[in-house]
Amino acid sequence: MADSLSIFDISGRAMAAQLVRLNTSASNLANAGTVSGSEDKAFRAMKPVFRTVMGEAGRATVQVDRIDTSTTAPVKRHDPSHPLADQEGNIWEAAVDSTAEMVEMLEISRQYQNNVQVLATAKGLISETLRLGQ
Amino acid sequence: MPALDNIFGIHATALKLREQRMAVLGSNIANASTPGYKARDIDFSSALKMAENGQSTEGAMRYRVPIQASLDGNTVEMATEQTAFAENALAYRSSLSFLQGRIGTLSRALKGE
Repeated sequence: MADSLSIFDISGRAMAAQLVRLNTSASNLANAGTVSGSEDKAFRAMKPVFRTVMGEAGRATVQVDRIDTSTTAPVKRHDPSHPLADQEGNIWEAAVDSTAEMVEMLEISRQYQNNVQVLATAKGLISETLRLGQ
Repeated sequence: MPALDNIFGIHATALKLREQRMAVLGSNIANASTPGYKARDIDFSSALKMAENGQSTEGAMRYRVPIQASLDGNTVEMATEQTAFAENALAYRSSLSFLQGRIGTLSRALKGE
């Protein structure tokens, strides 16, 4: 359903979506070093998937469609001395690629800034228009 | 003697189109990381011609041809979008100055200064 989107809706909702992405990235990084006693319980990285919300006349904003869990398997490590180790002495490390998450975080930050810039420019232009004739 | 709705000439129409283009470019920037999103832009000169003839400007909408397409089907290239956005904002400001000048001229004429 095409609804009328203002430039503030477009950038504002995009910022909200980027913030969700930043939150998932932060939880992935926070859980990067965690270990678990079984493969099922081990932490797997999460990643939001964005979807376009179409408006009228070429306008479109974005929203989070779903949050996918990574299909990368947790790394099995043999460490019988670990308190969480199972009967065979195995532990599973969280399936998080810290480097990829750091890069992701930078990208999110830049894209959030881009939206803020769009918003600031639009706000400036609109207030200049309001002052027209004064 | 110009008609009253023609006082501002082309600039009133141009300002409206610039605002529309700003929203379209803003949409492209908002969708920079949406898989499959196809960037769009308004062909300004043809949109202005259509608006001058009283037609709908929807026919002036074009899909952006990416320089280097990305794997997820997204055709937003940040450098292109940012340049277009800056250029559009500047053109919006120019239209504003033209309007400002026109209003100044008219108000001086009205006041008889």
